[in-house]
Amino acid sequence: MSAVQILRNFFEKNGIGLGTFLLVAVFIWVVILIILPQLSMLDFSFRHHLPPPEMGGPKDTYTIEHYKYLVLGAPGADTSYNVVDLGVFGRTLIAAVFVTILDLILCYPLAYYLGQSKGGGFIRVLVLLLIIPYWINEILRAFAFRIIFGDSGLINEVLLTFGLINDPIDFIRANVALYAGLGYAYILLMIFPIYNVIESLDRNQIEAARDMGAPWWRIHWRVVIPYAKPGISSGCTMVFMLSAGALAAPQILGGPSSLWFTQIIYQWFNQGGNWPRGAAFAIVLLLTCIIIVLSMMRLFKVKIGDIGK
Amino acid sequence: MSRGVEVNLDNVWIRFGDFVAVREANVSIKGGEFFSFLGPSGCGKTTILRAVSGFLEPSEGTVKIGGRDMAGIGPNKRPTALIFQNLALFPLMKVWENITFSLEVQGFSKVDRRKRADELLEMIALPDQGDKLPSELSGGQKQRVAIARALCAEPDVLLLDEPLSALDLKLRQHMRTELREIQQRVGITFIYITHDQGEALTMSDNVAVMRAGVIDQIADGQTVYDDPATPFVASFVGENNVFRGTVKSIDGEFAIVDTNRSGELAARIATSAKSNLKVGDAAMMFVRPEACNIAPDDAPGKNRLTAMVKHEEFEGQIYNVFLEGSEGKEIKMSLVNIGQNRQSAEGKDLTLEYAPEHAVVLPAGELASE
Repeated sequence: MSAVQILRNFFEKNGIGLGTFLLVAVFIWVVILIILPQLSMLDFSFRHHLPPPEMGGPKDTYTIEHYKYLVLGAPGADTSYNVVDLGVFGRTLIAAVFVTILDLILCYPLAYYLGQSKGGGFIRVLVLLLIIPYWINEILRAFAFRIIFGDSGLINEVLLTFGLINDPIDFIRANVALYAGLGYAYILLMIFPIYNVIESLDRNQIEAARDMGAPWWRIHWRVVIPYAKPGISSGCTMVFMLSAGALAAPQILGGPSSLWFTQIIYQWFNQGGNWPRGAAFAIVLLLTCIIIVLSMMRLFKVKIGDIGK
Repeated sequence: MSRGVEVNLDNVWIRFGDFVAVREANVSIKGGEFFSFLGPSGCGKTTILRAVSGFLEPSEGTVKIGGRDMAGIGPNKRPTALIFQNLALFPLMKVWENITFSLEVQGFSKVDRRKRADELLEMIALPDQGDKLPSELSGGQKQRVAIARALCAEPDVLLLDEPLSALDLKLRQHMRTELREIQQRVGITFIYITHDQGEALTMSDNVAVMRAGVIDQIADGQTVYDDPATPFVASFVGENNVFRGTVKSIDGEFAIVDTNRSGELAARIATSAKSNLKVGDAAMMFVRPEACNIAPDDAPGKNRLTAMVKHEEFEGQIYNVFLEGSEGKEIKMSLVNIGQNRQSAEGKDLTLEYAPEHAVVLPAGELASE
């Protein structure tokens, strides 16, 4: 089918009004809000950091100096690699993977329970309770976690009262507060995709497996998880991407010695005023995350098309 | 394969809150028998099946399989295999993996499983289909795969929950024969749930007819059809013309019912009612359409009634003649088409007659709703 024909069919199916709206909305969304800004960031990342008067001048040429900086560090530094920034980069990705796994472990049983119980009212209340944290803004949530995990916070107080510990534990320094805060913030993004898929799983399949003698773990391993795979991967993708790209939570809940890679990007953009370098770092983060997600999907044999279901 | 074992339900009650789904079920199913539970939807037949398979425990009473009390034994530990109404094949497993899932659970090697799968695929006449996904098979093929999957575990009892209901008519009739053949070949006990009396009658050794949680009758198909125990059974199994009235007189095996609209009619007293039917009781008399015939003359009789023909239907092997009935319902008469050209009697009065031994009298009771 030719492009013109596809377009004609599209308009015949949706009508002129709705068809135009759909096309324009998708166009604005994809081109103006996604592609163009990212392209301009990409363009930025390959330019020199110049004072405004020199922009567009003879010195404004393309360069890969910012990417070089991320890998090799400042010219003339003592180390041959940019150990600090690369270290933060790696730690951020590992921590994001950790948060993702944590959320998956927490959410799978919950989503399974929600998806398979046929109950009405009680289940809705449960789901509503999950949404409540999203009514509270991110900063407030993060600070609330600071209070809970602080030296004289709720958790330490309880542990001290029961004599389980003698000195308060520094949850902030140990990054426990950060992981908990991130995990908590994205829990819904993990639960809902899995819940959606599991809800459509035919209960009879679980019963059939049980009838054939399968213990609960094998039912999950062979029947439920393969079926829920698209939901699991879409949940994991979102949680991983958002954790790796989070800014407020690491800023507020991160320990003094731990820096999130987004904080470095933010510093380049904001305090350093060096947009090209910030853009280069951000693009590296973005591409790396995409590569990780795509390779995970290949590893677990999930097709991109399945995720949209 | 293992011979079938007997299944016994002793005084089984199943309640969900205040709702009684199954009331005092006493059933004994012999080993190797093809036994059906027949009833309209919501009568509790699936609940009984779930109690046998172990997905729910009876509120009272015991379920015994092979003489062993099954209380507290889960579905994964019972010697039963269940075929679900929607088959519940695993969509992401290949056909052969589906079939041998029970062996996978038991830890058999892939080679052994594949070998067994191929044997079973051969048995269900689907060789070389093992590597397909269930979604690539037709309805009847999926049906056979579900049967193979259930048989693979070599159960003592196979439970089937209306497995043919999703198939079209031709295939359903074909699968009936096939199921019966498989049952006779493997020799294990089959417990079959259906709302389709045709399925129950053609395949089963014995049928339990259920109504609203109660088992009305347990007997072989012919007995259920010819000698129903309750008005519900009489009206649910097959077609029946019903005449309400009171018992006027009883003479040995037969009773005369004074019907409300069609005069006095004679019929055999059903076996279940022999001891308790008395003169003056409210009663129902049933005559099957195929037991009716056109009387040679118009003389009145205790086994005759005259009514106007409302319309006629030609169905190929039979003519259906609908007479204006009492109580707003038509009286149906089915005449076998033996080749003579019938003159339509629409709009005219017709006298039909029947042999009283082919009609049945029962104490008045609940009928099956249409």
